[in-house]
Amino acid sequence: MQFWIFRNAKFPFLNWRRKAYWVSGVVLSLGILAMVVNVFAIGNWQSYGVDFTGGTRIVVELPEGVVEGDLREALGGVEAPPITRFGGEREFTIRAPLEEGVESEETAERIQAQILASPAIPDFEMLQIEFVGPTIGEELQQQALLAILLSFLATLIYLAMRFEFRFGVASVIATVHDIVLTLGFLALFRIEISLPTVAAVLTIIGYSLNDTIVVFDRIRENLNKKGGRREDPLKLINRSINEVLPRTVLTSGTTLAVLFSLLILGGAVIRDFTIVLILGVVIGTYSSIFVASPALLEIQERWGTKEEAEKRKRKKARPKKEEAIPV
Amino acid sequence: MFSSLRVRIILILAVLGFSGWYLYSNYQQSGSVVKLGLDLQGGMHLVLEVDDPDGFMSLEDRADAIQQSERVIRNRIDELGVEEPIVQRVGQDRLIVELAGIDDPERARELVGQTAMLEWRLVRSTSAVEGALGRIDRAVVATLGADSLRALGRAVGAETDPGADDVEDLLFGTEQPPTADPDVDPDTLPEPEEPELTEEELQELEEAEQALEELEDEAQLAAEEMALRPFSSLLLTSQGDGEFWVMNEDFQLARSFLELPEVQAVLPRDISMAFHWEPQALGGQIYRTLYVLERQPFITGEMLEDASATRDQQFNQAIVQFELSRAGGRIFGDVTGRHIGDRIAILLDGEVVSAPVVRSRIGQRGQIELGQQDMQEARDLALVLRAGALPAPLRIMEERTVGPSLGQDSIDQGMLAGIIGLLFVVLIMIVYYRFTGVLAVLALSVYVVLVLGGLAGLNATLTLPGIAGLILSIGMAVDANVLIFERIREELAEGRAVRTAVDEGFGHALSAIVDANITTLITALILFQFGTGPVRGFAVTLSIGIMASFFTALYVTRTLYLVYLRGKTATDTLSI
Repeated sequence: MQFWIFRNAKFPFLNWRRKAYWVSGVVLSLGILAMVVNVFAIGNWQSYGVDFTGGTRIVVELPEGVVEGDLREALGGVEAPPITRFGGEREFTIRAPLEEGVESEETAERIQAQILASPAIPDFEMLQIEFVGPTIGEELQQQALLAILLSFLATLIYLAMRFEFRFGVASVIATVHDIVLTLGFLALFRIEISLPTVAAVLTIIGYSLNDTIVVFDRIRENLNKKGGRREDPLKLINRSINEVLPRTVLTSGTTLAVLFSLLILGGAVIRDFTIVLILGVVIGTYSSIFVASPALLEIQERWGTKEEAEKRKRKKARPKKEEAIPV
Repeated sequence: MFSSLRVRIILILAVLGFSGWYLYSNYQQSGSVVKLGLDLQGGMHLVLEVDDPDGFMSLEDRADAIQQSERVIRNRIDELGVEEPIVQRVGQDRLIVELAGIDDPERARELVGQTAMLEWRLVRSTSAVEGALGRIDRAVVATLGADSLRALGRAVGAETDPGADDVEDLLFGTEQPPTADPDVDPDTLPEPEEPELTEEELQELEEAEQALEELEDEAQLAAEEMALRPFSSLLLTSQGDGEFWVMNEDFQLARSFLELPEVQAVLPRDISMAFHWEPQALGGQIYRTLYVLERQPFITGEMLEDASATRDQQFNQAIVQFELSRAGGRIFGDVTGRHIGDRIAILLDGEVVSAPVVRSRIGQRGQIELGQQDMQEARDLALVLRAGALPAPLRIMEERTVGPSLGQDSIDQGMLAGIIGLLFVVLIMIVYYRFTGVLAVLALSVYVVLVLGGLAGLNATLTLPGIAGLILSIGMAVDANVLIFERIREELAEGRAVRTAVDEGFGHALSAIVDANITTLITALILFQFGTGPVRGFAVTLSIGIMASFFTALYVTRTLYLVYLRGKTATDTLSI
């Protein structure tokens, strides 16, 4: 006996593409709106963590028997700034992010009050308070951005070689869509941008690309089958998406299973990280079906296929051809 | 068929063996299978400050210097590989550096604390110090006393090799010199060939000191010589102007003489002397070159913008190209224009790294030709120029060990969650694909060993972003298997025979797997090349993971399938 998921499904995905454009458009605008609102509300388009902004570094010494978890609980659990054990067993560093218009001393006082209010920590000592710069400075951010842009270019070239140029363009459109959507989500919920969230965004790029290429591979295969070029592109793409649908569901499903177990059991610290990844998997799967594939179709409808382009070129190039014959 | 299967199994076992061996040797060395980053395991915490004891620098200068140092130190650590350091500015003029997995202060100091300062100085003629050599000798004798020098000379003459420590002990008691050269281990140097040395020196001596000729005893001779001319007797004439040679076994001694403040005081006002940073072999002997230099550098590291090593195709020479800032270029053009044919010494931390001859006037961009040497030397020099361009020396103010920034409780929780997540994957695969799922799980186990082995083999550090890379590549490995199995099912549904369906399934899934993996690999490599710190950690694990997933999906799964299918006939069914 076999289980089958979505076997021989015939969903008319591309016929729903205008609705998908609306969904994407609305969610994208919402995200961008959130970024704009953030600029005015918190002074930056994203809520940058201490890794980016710098902030206040506070070293505290806790009494015997108090564990790291107690301190994190006292400082707001999930929302707590990064805490590191420092030097001795009972010394901890708290890195509180910079807040607009709030002095380092005020932040330190607030944290002191928070720890004092905690029932688990009867007594503690403030050892050090100082202002620190960011661990990820401007230069690092620029380098990362450059790297991502270059990787788009390389993807475009590779896909243009292995598939056709329009496949490359469509996949880059889908990836950009995913990144902007994720950033919008981060801005909307003011999830703190830290090292792990950056890693998660990078992972989304990889996942989205992988998913898109699997769908494109099937489209390419069907195109190259007998009669594939003459088939209605919309039908062909729909058929291709449906053919790989079992795989799409299964792969996304297993990945989500891992991520949900991380979300539920992984604890507070990696929660943001996991949320961004879950979001990325959902967005990546959605975009390979509803962004990348429609983009392919739209490009073809506007600028034609490779064959048509070549035909045009050949027509133009014909008169010159005779001169080019080598002697 | 059978033989190809055998080859397959042997190859897989060999790859597994390699990974296992790397893991084992890593475990032997460091006690853990894979090196964990600071965010996962803690490490060293250093606070650095601009070293400016005389208060020459204004607050702005210091802040400026720290800002530049931040970049330099980050580069320097990045060049070492994927250890993800935290480099953070504190206040106006301090820097926090956190290094993962390094709990040895000595090593940490080597990495960041190298108060490396890059300087370019003109090489002066030997004649500039010749007049001062007598004064230096007298200053050494006056400072250390003729008796202790005589004792030292006797020790040398009696063919007992005074190791560097013995020399220091003899001269300075138990007090250690301020800078001990970590590169030169006195024990590994070749045994000095004393008789030859003393003969050579004897000849030299005859010309200078007639009185000593009468002394027959070599040990006595060496002792007297040491007491009379402690420094200049160590110097040998070199072929080039502007430099002396010192036998490598005398190097520690000569340097300790040179570092005496009394000796520095009698050097001509505008002259300083510095050793080459590496010993050089010449005619079976090992020498250190001692350069005569202008005391003032005309350019320091902060004016250097970039340096890179390339190979000159025409002459097959290794060259280092460098670029200076605009202000630096002006000074450099001025100095080189006046000194064509002279030499310029590049000093790192007071030691000469290279001393090329000026061929023509050089402005903002120049190159150093290293002759027909191998590229490694050029790369090293470029690295020194790039990384060593610290604008001011830094001092370690504070060093402590830190715990992981994630906290042990979070790590344990995360590990547990990850393992449960993987069990989910195993469950889904086996429920959905039956026996084929078991094969997939086997292949994924091979994948895990390969990835860990790859990380161990590359000596890479696993950090949180690195784990993100791993999750992605595990996902892609599972995906590759799913792609293949779905395809086999499709082929079976179309009524193909088992063996054909399997072959077709692998064949058709290949293009998707190849394209997806190569695209991701390209992305990972670009992120590695252009990213720093966290981005690099992600890229490294992702690259390793993709290569491993490629191999397991296409080779290991296939082989397992071949084994599974071996006893089957065409009419048997497949558990998929």
